[in-house]
Amino acid sequence: MKILALLKRVPDTEAKILINQEGTGIKDEGIKYIINTYDEYAVEEGLRLKEKTGAASTVTVVCVGPEEATELIRTALAMGADDAVHVCDKALERPDPFVTAAVMAKAIKVEGFDIIFCGKQAIDDDMGQVQSILAEMLDIPQVNVATAFELAADAKRATVRRRVEGGDEKVETSLPVIVSCEKGLNDPRYASLPGIMKAKKKEIRKKTLADLGFSQTPGEARSTILRWLPPPKSSGCTMVKAEETRDAVKELVRLLREEAKVV
Amino acid sequence: MKYPLTEDERMIQKTARDFARRELAPVAIEANEKGIFPEGIFRKLGELGFMGVMVPEEYGGVNLGTFCLVLALEEINAVCASTGVTMSVHNSLTNWCILKYGSEKIRTRFLPSLASGEMLGAYAITESEAGSDVSAMRLSAVRKGNEYILNGAKIFISTGDKAGAIIVFARTDLGDRTKGISAFVVEPGSPGFSIGKIEKKMGLRASTTVEIVFEDCRVSADNLLGTEGMGMTIALAGLDGGRIGIAAQGVGIAQAALDEGVRFSRERKQFNTRIIDFQSTRWKIADMATAVEAARLLTYRAAKLRDAGEPCSKEAAMAKLFASCTANKVVYDALQMHGGVGYTEEFLIERLFRDARVTELYEGTSEIQRLVISKAVIDEFERTVPD
Repeated sequence: MKILALLKRVPDTEAKILINQEGTGIKDEGIKYIINTYDEYAVEEGLRLKEKTGAASTVTVVCVGPEEATELIRTALAMGADDAVHVCDKALERPDPFVTAAVMAKAIKVEGFDIIFCGKQAIDDDMGQVQSILAEMLDIPQVNVATAFELAADAKRATVRRRVEGGDEKVETSLPVIVSCEKGLNDPRYASLPGIMKAKKKEIRKKTLADLGFSQTPGEARSTILRWLPPPKSSGCTMVKAEETRDAVKELVRLLREEAKVV
Repeated sequence: MKYPLTEDERMIQKTARDFARRELAPVAIEANEKGIFPEGIFRKLGELGFMGVMVPEEYGGVNLGTFCLVLALEEINAVCASTGVTMSVHNSLTNWCILKYGSEKIRTRFLPSLASGEMLGAYAITESEAGSDVSAMRLSAVRKGNEYILNGAKIFISTGDKAGAIIVFARTDLGDRTKGISAFVVEPGSPGFSIGKIEKKMGLRASTTVEIVFEDCRVSADNLLGTEGMGMTIALAGLDGGRIGIAAQGVGIAQAALDEGVRFSRERKQFNTRIIDFQSTRWKIADMATAVEAARLLTYRAAKLRDAGEPCSKEAAMAKLFASCTANKVVYDALQMHGGVGYTEEFLIERLFRDARVTELYEGTSEIQRLVISKAVIDEFERTVPD
C-alpha cells in the first residue's frame, strides 16, 4: 500500500510573530520552524497504517517548501517514513493554496498512491484549502477533520470518524482517498536516535517545477494576499467606578454603546 | 544559545527537548515531591535511544558520541535533574566502562539490556572512609577459584537499588594503594549482595542514593573489567566522561533557573514596575546568561575532545567545576529574583535550588576538580617551559 503524508514547514507555535515593515510577510529573524502540527498527525497515521498493513506498504512524505524544509522532512523520515519528495523552486515563494495543490497534484501523480494523509490546516495561515483542491484535481474523495481512521479488511474502503457539533460522524469512503487529520487522531511519535541515524540514508527526491513538467508557473494563483496586518493593540482597561452599583452599570452601558459601539 | 550544530544534532536536541517537556515534566513534579523513582521514564528514554547513546549498534545502541549525550542531558536536566543523573551515570559510566573494558562475553550480556533501558546502570566507588581519597577504599575482593569474594560496603551509590549492572571498585591487593584496585560488574542478585541504608537527600529526590553491602558476595571472574589492578585507571577514565555528564547537568539546571528567573521577573510587579525593569535585575540576567553560555561552551569542548579520543581530564574537570559552580550561582540569583515565593514548593526554582547543590559534590567535589586542573596546568608548564 502506497501511503502519502503531506507536510508543510510553519513557524513554531511558541514563536512570537511580527509582521515585516512592508506588510508582505513575517519577520523571519529568530523564528524557529517546525512541521505543521496537524501534519505530524498525518505522518503518524501513515506510519500506523504501514505497520498494520505490512512490509509491502510505504510512507512517502510530500512537501512543497523552501530549501530549509529539508530538515523537517528529515525529521519525518526519522519518525519512520520511507522516503520523500521535496518540491523546491524559487518561483514558489509563498504559493497560494491553489498553486500548492497544483504542484502537489503533479508530484503525487508521478508517485502514485492509495491513500493520502494531511493536516486539516496549516497552523500558520489557517487556509485549510489544499486538501480539498487536491481532492478535486486528483478526482478522489476527501474526508476532512478526521479523529479516527480504520482501513477495511479488503483494503479497498476505510471508515473515518470526524468530530461535528455535538457528536461524531462516521464516514465510509472508497480508496484512494485524501484524509485530513485533526488533533486527537493519534499521538505522534518522537524521532528516535536510531530513527535519526537511519534517516540520513533515506532518499529525498528534490524536484523543481521544470522537473514536474511545468513550463513556467503551475497555474495562476487564485488568491493574493494584499497586506499582512498585526492584530490591533488592545487599548488597555477602563475601570468604571461609582458610589452606587446602579450608576456604574449605567456608565458601563453608555461606554459600550458610545465608545466601544458594541451594543 | 547560538552554536553551530549539524542537522542530526539539532534533531537529537529537539527530540530530547520535546520528550523532556511533554513526557518528563508532568511525571517529574510528583516524582520529586513524593520521592518516587520514575521507572517508566527510562524504558521510554531507552526506546528513543537515550540509554545507549555511545553503545555501538551491534549491542543495541545508537553509536553516537559524548557530544550528543550532552545535548540530550542538558534538556533532560532542565526538567528533572534526578532523571538526568540516572541517565548520565548509566550512559557515561556504566555503559562506557563495560564497552571499553568488558570482555566480549560481558558486553553481549549487559549492553543490549542497558541500551534498551530495561536494565539500569550504577557506579560504585565511594566508601565511608574513601570519598575524595578514592584510593583509601577498603572493599576487598579475594580471588577463589573462578570467583571473587567481596566484603565491605559502598555508600552514596546513585541508582544502586534499581540497577541491574553495577560497576564496583574493590581492592584485590592490600599492598599498593592505587594499583591494588580492580573493577567488577556486579549484579544485584549475587549471593551476599544487599542494599543497606537509603539516603534521604536535600535534592534529587526522584533518584535513589543507597548503601550497598557485600557479605561474602560472590562475583564471577568473568565480570572483572580489564585486568586485575586496572581499577584506578578505569575509575578515572570513566570519571572524565562522567564529569562531562555532570557538567551538562549543571548547564541544564542553570538554563532552567535562568528561564524561570526571566519568566517570573517579567510578570512580577512591585512599586508599579515589572521587576525585570529594575537595573539590579537586568545586571543579574546578563551575568547569569553569560555564565550559562560559558559553562555550555566548556562542556561542549570537553565532549568534543573526548569524542575525538584526545586526553581531556583537565577539560572535563574545568567544565564540571565551572558548570556546577555556575548552576549554584544561577539558582541562587534566580531564587533571589523570585523573592519569598521562590522559597516555596509552588515554584520550580525551589527544586532547582536544591538539585543544583550536589553538582559541586559528586563525581569529584569542586576542590577535587581544582586539584586535577592545577596539576594538569603545572605539568603542562613544566613540560613546555624550559628552566
